[in-house]
Amino acid sequence: MPANRLEAENLQLWRGERHVLRGLSFALAPGECLKLTGVNGAGKTSLLRTIAGLIYPEEGALRWDGQDIRRDLRSFQGGIAYLGHEPPLKADLTGRENLRYWVGTRRRVREPQLQQQLARVGAAPFADRPVRSLSAGQRRRVALAGLALLGVPLWLLDEPATNLDAQGQQLVGELIAEQLTRGGLAVAAVHHDLPGLSALRQLELAA
Amino acid sequence: MSAPAAAPLGFTDVAGPHCAAVGSFAAAGLALRRDLRLAFRKPAQLIQPLAFFALVTMIFPLAISPELGTLRTVAPGALWAAALLASLLALEFLFRDDAQDGTLEQYVLSGQSLTALIFAKTLAHWLLTGLPLTVMAPFAAVSLGAPSAALPGIVTAVLLGGVTLSLLGAIGAALTLNIRRSSALLSLLTLPLALPVVIFGARATQVAIAGGELLGPLELLAALAVLAVTLAPLAAAAAVRISLE
Repeated sequence: MPANRLEAENLQLWRGERHVLRGLSFALAPGECLKLTGVNGAGKTSLLRTIAGLIYPEEGALRWDGQDIRRDLRSFQGGIAYLGHEPPLKADLTGRENLRYWVGTRRRVREPQLQQQLARVGAAPFADRPVRSLSAGQRRRVALAGLALLGVPLWLLDEPATNLDAQGQQLVGELIAEQLTRGGLAVAAVHHDLPGLSALRQLELAA
Repeated sequence: MSAPAAAPLGFTDVAGPHCAAVGSFAAAGLALRRDLRLAFRKPAQLIQPLAFFALVTMIFPLAISPELGTLRTVAPGALWAAALLASLLALEFLFRDDAQDGTLEQYVLSGQSLTALIFAKTLAHWLLTGLPLTVMAPFAAVSLGAPSAALPGIVTAVLLGGVTLSLLGAIGAALTLNIRRSSALLSLLTLPLALPVVIFGARATQVAIAGGELLGPLELLAALAVLAVTLAPLAAAAAVRISLE
């Protein structure tokens, strides 16, 4: 029976001349969130991309339920939701269209569910406007709706509360808390504490 | 390409029963529809290569000579050079926006076959560039002095050649994804690969105008198209993965 357990062992990553990840190890069980902290350039984004299988570490292993993720990388990646600095939205499509295509390439999504999540993150009033006309915070809310709709076990979040007001930051905390309650996992690079989310495990990356 | 649904194997699902996974074929169909919709919202990008093709093939008769014999001699070269350059013009946009806004990363992380998704994107490119060029080819050929009996052969040649050009271009576009102002490098990478298509395409056009036996050059173009359909999406998908590192 799979248990949704992520383990990193002795990750070593070089980016050019820079030794970004130096023997990093950690383990995450269902319902746990790892908070990545560190100064700019410490390697938070690189670690998230390494966990996502977008970057290959020079040494070390990443295991999901005890199996190396490279044994079936495509399946592993299918269970990840990665939200980078910029929400993966097309400026010429509306928020709703973006979600239909983004989420739709992974899971069948019905209109009521889409509407429900858009309303949940406060994006329903502007969901039918082209993304290019939305503010950065509004785009982030649309992306958060997509994150929730993906329904995958592992969330990798890079500054998920960027550009959001206090209410939006609270929302991010609540969404992560719900993900953990469902038995999911999250790794989040954050500069500030997220309201509504407590007892996170923290990993401080050195520059 | 129609791999089974990419339900995350080994994962305990946290999505709930409402979230049925989709297969790679359905995901590729969605990617194709999305690219077509986006293209029609930016018509200027759509028209640019077609206008280029039309202008080049119209200017040739004015610049060289209206004499039919001369025109028919240069027609194959002019037609295929214009088609190749028009196709290259549009290639720069094939992956660029998707790389910048994170869509390509999401494709890689979708758990779907990246090859199928890249094939869908390339098919969209061909539908938006190669197919219109094929439709325009008879008009361009007539303006270059081709007899009407030659038009079916020319259209078939451009149709087959256009497919190969789009697919070869996808490899070049994927390899130059992370390079700023990559259009020059993209051309350098793609042109040598595209030369056999241009040579056989021009030969087919020449034979069609002369009223000769077309089967040979068309079969060669078809063989190249089959080879490109089979291998180019795999190569382009691998190049995208490397570029995203």
